[in-house]
Amino acid sequence: MQFVIGLIFSAGLILAGMTDPAKVQNFLDLAGQWDPSLMFVMIGAIAVTFVGYKLVLKRKAPIFGGKFHLPTRKDADSRLLVGSGLFGIGWGLAGLCPGPAVTSLGIGSAGIFVFVAALAVGMFAARKLPEPKG
Amino acid sequence: MPMTEFTPFSALAGGALIGLAAVLMLGAHGRVAGISGIASRLFPPYADKHMAERIAFLVGLVAAPLLVLAATGTAVEQSMPSNFYLLGAAGLLVGFGTVMANGCTSGHAVCGLSRLSVRSLLATLTFMLAGIITVFLLRHVAGV
Repeated sequence: MQFVIGLIFSAGLILAGMTDPAKVQNFLDLAGQWDPSLMFVMIGAIAVTFVGYKLVLKRKAPIFGGKFHLPTRKDADSRLLVGSGLFGIGWGLAGLCPGPAVTSLGIGSAGIFVFVAALAVGMFAARKLPEPKG
Repeated sequence: MPMTEFTPFSALAGGALIGLAAVLMLGAHGRVAGISGIASRLFPPYADKHMAERIAFLVGLVAAPLLVLAATGTAVEQSMPSNFYLLGAAGLLVGFGTVMANGCTSGHAVCGLSRLSVRSLLATLTFMLAGIITVFLLRHVAGV
């Protein structure tokens, strides 16, 4: 099932054009060739997820057993903001965030392997950060 | 800088598919569809019984463009930046930042905003603003 969910997610990214780093960078380029498409991707995704989550959470448990694991934290700490800031800089530099980066491995330009290798190193390094207190 | 066409309808439809995947993930497996969280939990010291599911999800992500190629005979078009140093630096920042912030565009923007999470709203505003400033400096100041 996870394979199928991955396929659907990836098909959505491809249909929306989000696998093209230029399209993502053009969304961020307010002073240049602004392409608002990414905003419409978000609108479509959030509309479906907002309604779908409400329906799903009427159930007592997920279909394949276990329980619902939803993030519970409500506080904004410096890690959230600094981490998001660093992510945003990288996102702007290359026009790639983790989803489209993994999908792009299946498109197979040389550059994506450089990006994903560095992505893995960055993730591994951040997992070494000490856990936040409290 | 390559021009791209504004494509509101395919963007909405693609977004809806992403939303469908997120809903299925919660409905079937009880999890949030956050790519940075799923990918980063492939690495040690993380180890639990969901490793095979994570790999299956990521293989699904990689498989979709290959299926497009097999079905249509043409690869998915993209214009990948050609500077490997820039790609390497960007990858490090995206990997480190998303794990530090516990989420990326999928986990915070799609799943988090759909749950009306204040943390995810702050994260989304922060990475959008940082991305906008970065692209401005890159294209309009540095002229890359």
